[in-house]
Amino acid sequence: MSDTPTVAPPVTTPSGMIAATPLATPSRWRPVWDEFAESRTALIALWVCVLLLLAAIIGPWLAPQNPYDLTEISFFDSRLPPFSVSPDGPFYLLGTDNQGRDMFSAMLYGLRTSLFVGVASGGLAIAVGVSLGLIAAYAGGFVDALIMRIVDFMLGFPTILVALMMLAILGQGVEKVILALVVVQWAYFARAVRATALSERSKEYIEAARSLGLSHTRIVFGHLAPNCMPPVIVIGTMQVASAISAEATLSFLGLGLPITEPSLGLLISNGFNVMLAGLYWISVFPGLLLLTLIFAINIVGDRLREVLNPRNAR
Amino acid sequence: MTVFLIRRLLQTVGVLLAVSLVVFIGLYAVGNPAEILLPDDATEAERQAAILALGLDKPIWVQYAVFLQNAVTGDLGTSFVYNTPSITLILQRFPATLELALSALFIAIVLGAPLGLYAGLHPGTRLDRTIVTGSILGFSLPNFWQGLMLILVFSIGLGWLPSSGRGQTGTLLGIETSFATWDGIRHLILPATNLALFKLALVIRLTRAQVRETMPLDFVKFARAKGISETRIVGVHVAKTIAAPIVTVIGMELGSVIAFAVITESIFAWPGMGKLIIDSINKLDRPVVAAYLLVITFMFIMINLIVDLLYTALDPRVRLGGKA
Repeated sequence: MSDTPTVAPPVTTPSGMIAATPLATPSRWRPVWDEFAESRTALIALWVCVLLLLAAIIGPWLAPQNPYDLTEISFFDSRLPPFSVSPDGPFYLLGTDNQGRDMFSAMLYGLRTSLFVGVASGGLAIAVGVSLGLIAAYAGGFVDALIMRIVDFMLGFPTILVALMMLAILGQGVEKVILALVVVQWAYFARAVRATALSERSKEYIEAARSLGLSHTRIVFGHLAPNCMPPVIVIGTMQVASAISAEATLSFLGLGLPITEPSLGLLISNGFNVMLAGLYWISVFPGLLLLTLIFAINIVGDRLREVLNPRNAR
Repeated sequence: MTVFLIRRLLQTVGVLLAVSLVVFIGLYAVGNPAEILLPDDATEAERQAAILALGLDKPIWVQYAVFLQNAVTGDLGTSFVYNTPSITLILQRFPATLELALSALFIAIVLGAPLGLYAGLHPGTRLDRTIVTGSILGFSLPNFWQGLMLILVFSIGLGWLPSSGRGQTGTLLGIETSFATWDGIRHLILPATNLALFKLALVIRLTRAQVRETMPLDFVKFARAKGISETRIVGVHVAKTIAAPIVTVIGMELGSVIAFAVITESIFAWPGMGKLIIDSINKLDRPVVAAYLLVITFMFIMINLIVDLLYTALDPRVRLGGKA
């Protein structure tokens, strides 16, 4: 790449972050970023995502207490409304739950779990879905028919239902939830990647790679895959949001994460049990956080779709 | 056509067999139902009697063979908890779920179509952007939390509507339904809204996209050139064109709404299939869970088959069995 946009961008613009990602050279992603940034809503949403991600990463250092360390919580402080000051000293910004846990701290820990499950299952689903989609498109014939038949079958069932069925059989657990979410998500990636790969496959650069005698593996993953990424990025963003939502839902129904690894969904579920008694904050605040997270990711994804859609290319 | 149908039906049988095997083996590994059903102070003799009565003493493949044999004759096992055939339990609750799902779709269309129509006719305006962003908010809103907030505001806060149960049902045109009594309708409003909001965004976006695609078409220009009023163009000509695809897509969503009703029913204690399955999972009521999974798999395979057939009817470009 010949251009030199390497003069360090002003610290105040976040474009440096995008340019610095190893996805591709700045020259290729710069226009995408510029167009993305034209929407202020999308920019704000992106910042919210970044902030929440940071909050999740440094959560344990940010939280006033470790809500799952029994020595740190006081049962006498249970069910305090927001902005309460305990007689023992601690201040509870968002109140406490049934067991006297600080809701703010519990939410930071919950955010960590929720984001981890969402990103891990999204990432694994991308790996599985993209590989199978590429193989289907590149191999064609029987392999293609077989993979796509399975994809069609998977997509015929609602996400939540398949995950519910699997967890009814598998039982609770972080790795089981992630497995269930990967199973329900990979098909979306496979379908999108196959469609793109089919049109890419006949282009000259693939023919060139073939005539150079490169191995199939290298052509598929080294040359075909990078050019099929735009739809993957868009769907990936949306699927992370949907995975977070699905995990929260499953945990709420008591089928997702165990009580020892509380996600936002489980916090809301705990709050539901006492909501009728007027203790609204226990389920309202984690829900608001969950909503903000999913909403922000979806707005970013929606904007990415507009920007990366070849039909809208300028 | 016939070949296609036969092939699909064979596939259906294959899938059902596979699902039944997975379900059976999977559920067999979860706990011992005899332990859960018996009181803690049950004697060893009572335990043995229960295990014998439930057929839990036989080897697993015999249990599966019995299970399959019975399933073919419509007997999907007897609930450990209710002691009634599980298929009866599920079918008994199906009307409540269907009523909820249909009400939700109705609300989604009545609210969503006009909003989508407006947004599609005035793209780029402030209200359009609000509607579009609102629709993103709509599908970002976790369904279960949105339901809790409905309860918090309308049941606990304002005290307007009941938060749980189905209320009084009455008979309307020979069908037992909540629509027949005021109490029933009051109980239906919150759960139906909860379920509707989840599809509302879809209806809005779909209508908007359809309108935007249709407006620049030649027949609209022609109608304008003929001097037909804009209201009539949109209300009659455009509406007619976009109605078919929208109705088709919404119809296909019925299945997914029934699936999502699991969440709504759990929150609002709506006595439908969804609440039954969650309760049964928690009580390890194996026959009911197995029966539900088989029934729902069957239902979805049928829905997908109908959708495929509909597509062929609507779009002659789709060739049946062209793949494979």
